[in-house]
Amino acid sequence: MIIMTYNPYSLEGKTVLVTGASSGIGQSTAIECSKMGASVILTGRNEERLSLTLEKLEGTGHSMIVANLDDETEIEKIVEMASQLNGCVCNAGIGLGTKPAVFYKKKELEQIFTTNTISSILLLKGLVKRKKLINPSSVVFTSSIEGNAITTIGNGMYGMSKAALTAYAKTVALELAPKGIRCNVVTPGMVKTPLTAPTGELTQEQLDADAAKYPLGRYGNPQDIAWGIIYLLSDAACWITGTVLKIDGGITLV
Amino acid sequence: MELQEFINNFAEQFDDIDASALNGSTIFKDLDEWNSLVALSVIAMIDEEYDITLKGNDIISATTVEDLYNIVQSKK
Ligand SMILES: NC(=O)c1ccc[n+]([C@@H]2O[C@H](COP(=O)([O-])OP(=O)(O)OC[C@H]3O[C@@H](n4cnc5c(N)ncnc54)[C@H](OP(=O)(O)O)[C@@H]3O)[C@@H](O)[C@H]2O)c1
Repeated sequence: MIIMTYNPYSLEGKTVLVTGASSGIGQSTAIECSKMGASVILTGRNEERLSLTLEKLEGTGHSMIVANLDDETEIEKIVEMASQLNGCVCNAGIGLGTKPAVFYKKKELEQIFTTNTISSILLLKGLVKRKKLINPSSVVFTSSIEGNAITTIGNGMYGMSKAALTAYAKTVALELAPKGIRCNVVTPGMVKTPLTAPTGELTQEQLDADAAKYPLGRYGNPQDIAWGIIYLLSDAACWITGTVLKIDGGITLV
Repeated sequence: MELQEFINNFAEQFDDIDASALNGSTIFKDLDEWNSLVALSVIAMIDEEYDITLKGNDIISATTVEDLYNIVQSKK
Protein backbone atom coordinates (compact mmCIF):
# COMPACT_ATOMS: atom_id res chain seq x y z
CA MET A 1 0.00 0.00 0.00
CA ILE A 2 1.24 3.43 -0.92
CA ILE A 3 0.55 6.07 1.71
CA MET A 4 0.23 9.50 0.13
CA THR A 5 1.99 12.02 2.29
CA TYR A 6 2.90 14.63 -0.30
CA ASN A 7 0.02 17.09 -0.55
CA PRO A 8 0.77 20.82 -0.81
CA TYR A 9 -2.98 21.48 -1.01
CA SER A 10 -3.64 20.03 2.43
CA LEU A 11 -5.07 22.22 5.20
CA GLU A 12 -3.82 19.85 7.91
CA GLY A 13 -3.04 21.80 11.08
CA LYS A 14 -4.63 25.02 9.87
CA THR A 15 -7.49 26.91 11.49
CA VAL A 16 -9.86 28.65 9.08
CA LEU A 17 -12.71 31.10 9.80
CA VAL A 18 -15.57 30.93 7.27
CA THR A 19 -18.34 33.58 7.09
CA GLY A 20 -21.69 32.72 5.56
CA ALA A 21 -21.07 29.13 6.69
CA SER A 22 -24.75 28.40 7.32
CA SER A 23 -25.63 28.03 3.65
CA GLY A 24 -24.49 27.49 0.07
CA ILE A 25 -20.90 28.19 -0.90
CA GLY A 26 -19.80 28.97 2.67
CA GLN A 27 -21.27 25.76 4.02
CA SER A 28 -19.61 23.71 1.30
CA THR A 29 -16.31 25.52 1.85
CA ALA A 30 -16.43 24.76 5.58
CA ILE A 31 -17.15 21.07 4.94
CA GLU A 32 -14.45 20.71 2.28
CA CYS A 33 -11.89 22.55 4.48
CA SER A 34 -12.60 20.06 7.27
CA LYS A 35 -12.11 17.17 4.83
CA MET A 36 -8.74 18.69 3.91
CA GLY A 37 -7.74 18.62 7.57
CA ALA A 38 -8.56 22.12 8.80
CA SER A 39 -10.17 23.12 12.08
CA VAL A 40 -13.03 25.38 11.05
CA ILE A 41 -14.69 28.29 12.85
CA LEU A 42 -18.12 28.79 11.34
CA THR A 43 -20.07 32.01 11.44
CA GLY A 44 -23.52 33.11 10.22
CA ARG A 45 -26.75 34.52 11.63
CA ASN A 46 -28.95 31.43 11.59
CA GLU A 47 -28.00 29.23 14.55
CA GLU A 48 -29.99 26.21 13.38
CA ARG A 49 -28.40 26.07 9.91
CA LEU A 50 -24.99 26.84 11.36
CA SER A 51 -25.35 23.85 13.71
CA LEU A 52 -26.27 21.69 10.72
CA THR A 53 -23.02 22.72 9.04
CA LEU A 54 -21.11 21.96 12.24
CA GLU A 55 -22.59 18.45 12.28
CA LYS A 56 -21.44 17.86 8.72
CA LEU A 57 -17.78 18.71 9.40
CA GLU A 58 -15.20 15.94 9.52
CA GLY A 59 -12.55 15.70 12.22
CA THR A 60 -12.43 17.66 15.45
CA GLY A 61 -11.65 21.09 16.83
CA HIS A 62 -14.45 22.94 15.05
CA SER A 63 -16.63 25.67 16.53
CA MET A 64 -19.32 28.18 15.60
CA ILE A 65 -20.08 31.82 16.33
CA VAL A 66 -23.60 33.15 15.68
CA ALA A 67 -23.28 36.78 14.57
CA ASN A 68 -24.80 39.38 12.27
CA LEU A 69 -22.07 40.95 10.15
CA ASP A 70 -24.22 44.05 9.53
CA ASP A 71 -23.59 44.96 13.17
CA GLU A 72 -20.13 46.27 14.05
CA THR A 73 -20.29 45.06 17.66
CA GLU A 74 -21.07 41.55 16.43
CA ILE A 75 -18.09 41.67 14.07
CA GLU A 76 -16.05 42.61 17.14
CA LYS A 77 -17.51 39.53 18.88
CA ILE A 78 -16.27 37.28 16.07
CA VAL A 79 -12.81 38.85 16.25
CA GLU A 80 -12.79 38.44 20.02
CA MET A 81 -13.89 34.79 19.98
CA ALA A 82 -11.69 33.66 17.08
CA SER A 83 -8.48 31.81 17.89
CA GLN A 84 -5.25 32.33 15.94
CA LEU A 85 -6.05 31.82 12.26
CA ASN A 86 -4.17 30.49 9.25
CA GLY A 87 -7.05 31.37 6.99
CA CYS A 88 -10.21 33.44 6.69
CA VAL A 89 -12.93 33.13 4.03
CA CYS A 90 -14.99 36.33 3.73
CA ASN A 91 -17.93 34.81 1.95
CA ALA A 92 -21.20 36.08 3.47
CA GLY A 93 -23.29 38.02 1.01
CA ILE A 94 -26.78 38.85 -0.18
CA GLY A 95 -28.59 39.63 -3.43
CA LEU A 96 -31.39 42.21 -3.28
CA GLY A 97 -33.31 41.25 -6.36
CA THR A 98 -32.92 42.93 -9.72
CA LYS A 99 -33.94 46.45 -10.61
CA PRO A 100 -32.85 49.15 -13.05
CA ALA A 101 -30.49 51.84 -11.75
CA VAL A 102 -33.07 54.63 -11.89
CA PHE A 103 -35.05 52.85 -9.16
CA TYR A 104 -32.26 52.36 -6.58
CA LYS A 105 -33.08 53.56 -3.09
CA LYS A 106 -30.53 54.88 -0.61
CA LYS A 107 -31.57 52.28 1.97
CA GLU A 108 -31.01 49.42 -0.48
CA LEU A 109 -27.60 50.77 -1.50
CA GLU A 110 -26.61 51.05 2.14
CA GLN A 111 -27.84 47.53 2.85
CA ILE A 112 -26.00 45.85 0.00
CA PHE A 113 -22.73 47.64 0.64
CA THR A 114 -22.99 47.00 4.38
CA THR A 115 -23.39 43.24 3.98
CA ASN A 116 -21.41 42.52 0.82
CA THR A 117 -18.51 44.93 1.16
CA ILE A 118 -18.16 46.79 4.45
CA SER A 119 -18.69 43.74 6.70
CA SER A 120 -15.68 41.95 5.20
CA ILE A 121 -13.54 45.10 5.40
CA LEU A 122 -14.34 45.58 9.09
CA LEU A 123 -13.88 41.90 9.89
CA LEU A 124 -10.42 41.84 8.33
CA LYS A 125 -9.53 45.12 10.03
CA GLY A 126 -10.43 43.62 13.41
CA LEU A 127 -8.56 40.37 12.77
CA VAL A 128 -5.41 42.23 11.75
CA LYS A 129 -5.57 44.71 14.62
CA ARG A 130 -5.99 41.90 17.14
CA LYS A 131 -3.22 39.92 15.43
CA LYS A 132 -5.50 36.94 14.87
CA LEU A 133 -4.04 36.17 11.44
CA ILE A 134 -0.64 34.56 11.81
CA ASN A 135 2.34 34.95 9.46
CA PRO A 136 1.86 33.33 6.97
CA SER A 137 -1.90 33.24 6.47
CA SER A 138 -4.46 33.53 3.69
CA VAL A 139 -7.68 35.51 3.26
CA VAL A 140 -10.12 34.68 0.46
CA PHE A 141 -13.06 36.89 -0.57
CA THR A 142 -16.09 35.56 -2.42
CA SER A 143 -16.85 38.20 -5.02
CA SER A 144 -18.72 37.44 -8.28
CA ILE A 145 -18.26 37.62 -12.04
CA GLU A 146 -21.09 40.18 -11.85
CA GLY A 147 -19.53 43.64 -11.62
CA ASN A 148 -16.06 42.18 -12.17
CA ALA A 149 -16.20 40.38 -15.52
CA ILE A 150 -19.77 40.84 -16.68
CA THR A 151 -22.47 43.49 -16.44
CA THR A 152 -26.13 42.55 -16.66
CA ILE A 153 -29.23 44.69 -16.68
CA GLY A 154 -30.83 44.94 -13.25
CA ASN A 155 -27.86 43.60 -11.26
CA GLY A 156 -26.02 46.87 -10.68
CA MET A 157 -26.31 47.15 -6.91
CA TYR A 158 -25.00 43.63 -6.40
CA GLY A 159 -22.29 44.13 -9.04
CA MET A 160 -21.07 47.39 -7.51
CA SER A 161 -20.78 45.84 -4.07
CA LYS A 162 -18.77 42.93 -5.48
CA ALA A 163 -16.53 45.12 -7.68
CA ALA A 164 -15.79 47.26 -4.62
CA LEU A 165 -14.92 44.13 -2.64
CA THR A 166 -12.45 43.06 -5.33
CA ALA A 167 -10.84 46.51 -5.46
CA TYR A 168 -10.49 46.49 -1.66
CA ALA A 169 -8.98 42.99 -1.72
CA LYS A 170 -6.23 44.11 -4.09
CA THR A 171 -5.30 47.12 -1.96
CA VAL A 172 -5.28 45.15 1.24
CA ALA A 173 -3.25 42.38 -0.45
CA LEU A 174 -0.57 44.96 -1.07
CA GLU A 175 -0.76 46.46 2.40
CA LEU A 176 -0.78 43.16 4.30
CA ALA A 177 1.91 41.40 2.25
CA PRO A 178 4.66 42.51 4.69
CA LYS A 179 2.74 40.72 7.46
CA GLY A 180 2.66 37.52 5.40
CA ILE A 181 -1.10 37.77 4.94
CA ARG A 182 -2.14 36.85 1.39
CA CYS A 183 -5.48 38.21 0.10
CA ASN A 184 -7.20 36.75 -2.94
CA VAL A 185 -10.61 36.76 -4.57
CA VAL A 186 -12.78 34.16 -6.24
CA THR A 187 -15.42 35.30 -8.72
CA PRO A 188 -18.02 32.58 -9.21
CA GLY A 189 -20.47 32.35 -12.07
CA MET A 190 -24.00 31.13 -11.37
CA VAL A 191 -23.92 28.54 -8.57
CA LYS A 192 -26.90 26.55 -7.36
CA THR A 193 -27.50 27.73 -3.76
CA PRO A 194 -30.45 29.15 -1.78
CA LEU A 195 -29.30 32.60 -2.98
CA THR A 196 -30.05 31.71 -6.58
CA ALA A 197 -32.94 29.28 -6.03
CA PRO A 198 -35.67 29.85 -8.62
CA THR A 199 -38.25 32.32 -7.27
CA GLY A 200 -40.69 32.06 -10.14
CA GLU A 201 -39.16 35.03 -11.95
CA LEU A 202 -37.83 32.68 -14.60
CA THR A 203 -39.44 29.49 -15.81
CA GLN A 204 -37.60 26.15 -15.61
CA GLU A 205 -37.18 26.20 -19.42
CA GLN A 206 -35.55 29.64 -19.21
CA LEU A 207 -33.21 28.41 -16.47
CA ASP A 208 -32.27 25.27 -18.41
CA ALA A 209 -31.58 27.37 -21.51
CA ASP A 210 -29.39 29.72 -19.45
CA ALA A 211 -27.42 26.86 -17.89
CA ALA A 212 -26.86 25.41 -21.38
CA LYS A 213 -25.03 28.62 -22.34
CA TYR A 214 -22.19 27.66 -19.98
CA PRO A 215 -19.36 26.16 -22.07
CA LEU A 216 -18.92 23.43 -19.43
CA GLY A 217 -22.60 22.65 -19.79
CA ARG A 218 -24.07 23.47 -16.39
CA TYR A 219 -24.38 25.92 -13.51
CA GLY A 220 -21.84 25.55 -10.71
CA ASN A 221 -22.12 23.47 -7.57
CA PRO A 222 -20.99 25.00 -4.25
CA GLN A 223 -18.08 22.53 -4.13
CA ASP A 224 -16.70 23.88 -7.42
CA ILE A 225 -16.11 27.19 -5.63
CA ALA A 226 -15.00 25.60 -2.35
CA TRP A 227 -12.15 23.79 -4.09
CA GLY A 228 -10.86 27.04 -5.61
CA ILE A 229 -11.01 28.69 -2.20
CA ILE A 230 -9.12 25.76 -0.66
CA TYR A 231 -6.37 26.15 -3.23
CA LEU A 232 -5.95 29.81 -2.28
CA LEU A 233 -5.97 28.93 1.44
CA SER A 234 -3.36 26.21 1.01
CA ASP A 235 0.43 26.47 0.98
CA ALA A 236 0.30 25.58 -2.73
CA ALA A 237 -0.77 29.21 -3.28
CA CYS A 238 2.00 30.64 -1.07
CA TRP A 239 3.25 32.99 -3.82
CA ILE A 240 -0.20 34.20 -4.87
CA THR A 241 -1.68 37.42 -3.56
CA GLY A 242 -4.07 39.98 -5.05
CA THR A 243 -5.29 37.54 -7.67
CA VAL A 244 -8.85 37.20 -8.93
CA LEU A 245 -9.72 33.60 -9.71
CA LYS A 246 -12.67 33.22 -12.04
CA ILE A 247 -14.62 30.00 -11.39
CA ASP A 248 -17.44 30.19 -13.87
CA GLY A 249 -17.68 27.15 -16.16
CA GLY A 250 -16.30 29.32 -18.95
CA ILE A 251 -19.35 31.61 -19.20
CA THR A 252 -17.29 34.80 -19.42
CA LEU A 253 -15.61 33.45 -22.57
CA VAL A 254 -18.82 33.56 -24.56
CA MET B 1 -55.81 53.17 -7.96
CA GLU B 2 -57.33 53.90 -11.31
CA LEU B 3 -56.64 52.26 -14.64
CA GLN B 4 -55.72 55.56 -16.31
CA GLU B 5 -53.21 56.42 -13.60
CA PHE B 6 -51.73 52.94 -13.95
CA ILE B 7 -51.48 53.40 -17.74
CA ASN B 8 -49.67 56.72 -17.21
CA ASN B 9 -47.16 55.10 -14.87
CA PHE B 10 -46.77 52.17 -17.24
CA ALA B 11 -46.10 54.48 -20.22
CA GLU B 12 -43.43 56.33 -18.18
CA GLN B 13 -41.24 53.20 -18.44
CA PHE B 14 -40.91 53.56 -22.21
CA ASP B 15 -38.73 56.15 -23.94
CA ASP B 16 -40.82 56.68 -27.07
CA ILE B 17 -44.37 55.79 -26.12
CA ASP B 18 -46.90 58.32 -24.91
CA ALA B 19 -49.66 57.34 -22.48
CA SER B 20 -52.22 58.49 -25.04
CA ALA B 21 -51.07 55.69 -27.36
CA LEU B 22 -51.97 53.05 -24.75
CA ASN B 23 -55.22 51.80 -23.31
CA GLY B 24 -56.36 48.89 -21.16
CA SER B 25 -56.51 46.46 -24.07
CA THR B 26 -53.04 47.24 -25.46
CA ILE B 27 -51.05 44.01 -25.85
CA PHE B 28 -47.92 45.39 -24.27
CA LYS B 29 -45.51 42.61 -25.28
CA ASP B 30 -46.24 43.50 -28.92
CA LEU B 31 -44.96 47.04 -28.45
CA ASP B 32 -41.69 47.64 -30.35
CA GLU B 33 -39.96 49.02 -27.31
CA TRP B 34 -40.91 46.14 -24.98
CA ASN B 35 -37.76 44.36 -23.70
CA SER B 36 -36.27 42.95 -20.50
CA LEU B 37 -35.14 46.35 -19.21
CA VAL B 38 -38.66 47.75 -19.64
CA ALA B 39 -40.07 44.66 -17.93
CA LEU B 40 -37.74 45.17 -14.93
CA SER B 41 -38.67 48.85 -14.91
CA VAL B 42 -42.39 48.03 -14.83
CA ILE B 43 -41.83 45.66 -11.90
CA ALA B 44 -39.79 48.33 -10.07
CA MET B 45 -42.40 51.02 -10.82
CA ILE B 46 -45.19 48.83 -9.41
CA ASP B 47 -43.08 48.21 -6.30
CA GLU B 48 -42.40 51.92 -5.86
CA GLU B 49 -45.86 53.30 -6.70
CA TYR B 50 -48.14 50.56 -5.36
CA ASP B 51 -45.90 48.76 -2.87
CA ILE B 52 -46.57 45.44 -4.59
CA THR B 53 -43.88 42.97 -5.60
CA LEU B 54 -44.60 41.27 -8.90
CA LYS B 55 -42.78 38.20 -10.13
CA GLY B 56 -41.58 37.61 -13.68
CA ASN B 57 -44.37 35.03 -13.92
CA ASP B 58 -46.98 37.75 -13.33
CA ILE B 59 -45.60 39.59 -16.35
CA ILE B 60 -45.58 36.38 -18.38
CA SER B 61 -49.20 35.60 -17.51
CA ALA B 62 -50.47 39.08 -18.43
CA THR B 63 -51.30 39.95 -22.04
CA THR B 64 -52.88 43.41 -21.90
CA VAL B 65 -52.12 46.44 -19.77
CA GLU B 66 -55.43 45.89 -18.01
CA ASP B 67 -54.43 42.27 -17.17
CA LEU B 68 -51.41 43.68 -15.39
CA TYR B 69 -53.54 46.30 -13.66
CA ASN B 70 -55.86 43.53 -12.45
CA ILE B 71 -52.95 41.47 -11.13
CA VAL B 72 -51.74 44.49 -9.15
CA GLN B 73 -55.29 45.10 -7.86
CA SER B 74 -55.63 41.47 -6.79
CA LYS B 75 -52.47 41.70 -4.68
CA LYS B 76 -53.50 44.85 -2.86
N1 LIG C 1 -24.70 31.47 -5.76
C1 LIG C 1 -24.16 32.15 -6.74
O1 LIG C 1 -24.49 31.98 -7.92
C2 LIG C 1 -23.06 33.16 -6.45
C3 LIG C 1 -22.35 33.68 -7.56
C4 LIG C 1 -21.34 34.60 -7.32
C5 LIG C 1 -21.06 34.99 -6.02
N2 LIG C 1 -21.78 34.49 -4.97
C6 LIG C 1 -21.43 34.94 -3.63
O2 LIG C 1 -21.09 33.84 -2.83
C7 LIG C 1 -21.36 34.13 -1.47
C8 LIG C 1 -22.20 33.02 -0.87
O3 LIG C 1 -23.41 32.96 -1.60
P1 LIG C 1 -24.38 31.70 -1.59
O4 LIG C 1 -24.84 31.52 -2.98
O5 LIG C 1 -23.76 30.58 -0.86
O6 LIG C 1 -25.61 32.34 -0.78
P2 LIG C 1 -26.50 31.77 0.44
O7 LIG C 1 -26.71 30.32 0.28
O8 LIG C 1 -27.66 32.68 0.49
O9 LIG C 1 -25.57 32.03 1.70
C9 LIG C 1 -25.26 33.31 2.14
C10 LIG C 1 -24.58 33.22 3.48
O10 LIG C 1 -24.26 34.56 3.91
C11 LIG C 1 -24.69 34.71 5.23
N3 LIG C 1 -25.09 36.09 5.52
C12 LIG C 1 -25.85 36.91 4.76
N4 LIG C 1 -26.02 38.09 5.38
C13 LIG C 1 -25.36 38.00 6.57
C14 LIG C 1 -25.18 38.88 7.66
N5 LIG C 1 -25.73 40.12 7.68
N6 LIG C 1 -24.44 38.47 8.71
C15 LIG C 1 -23.90 37.24 8.72
N7 LIG C 1 -24.04 36.35 7.73
C16 LIG C 1 -24.77 36.73 6.66
C17 LIG C 1 -25.88 33.78 5.38
O11 LIG C 1 -26.00 33.43 6.72
P3 LIG C 1 -27.41 33.39 7.53
O12 LIG C 1 -28.44 32.92 6.56
O13 LIG C 1 -27.14 32.46 8.65
O14 LIG C 1 -27.63 34.76 7.97
C18 LIG C 1 -25.45 32.60 4.53
O15 LIG C 1 -24.69 31.70 5.29
C19 LIG C 1 -22.07 35.49 -1.46
O16 LIG C 1 -21.14 36.49 -1.13
C20 LIG C 1 -22.56 35.62 -2.88
O17 LIG C 1 -22.69 36.96 -3.25
C21 LIG C 1 -22.76 33.58 -5.16
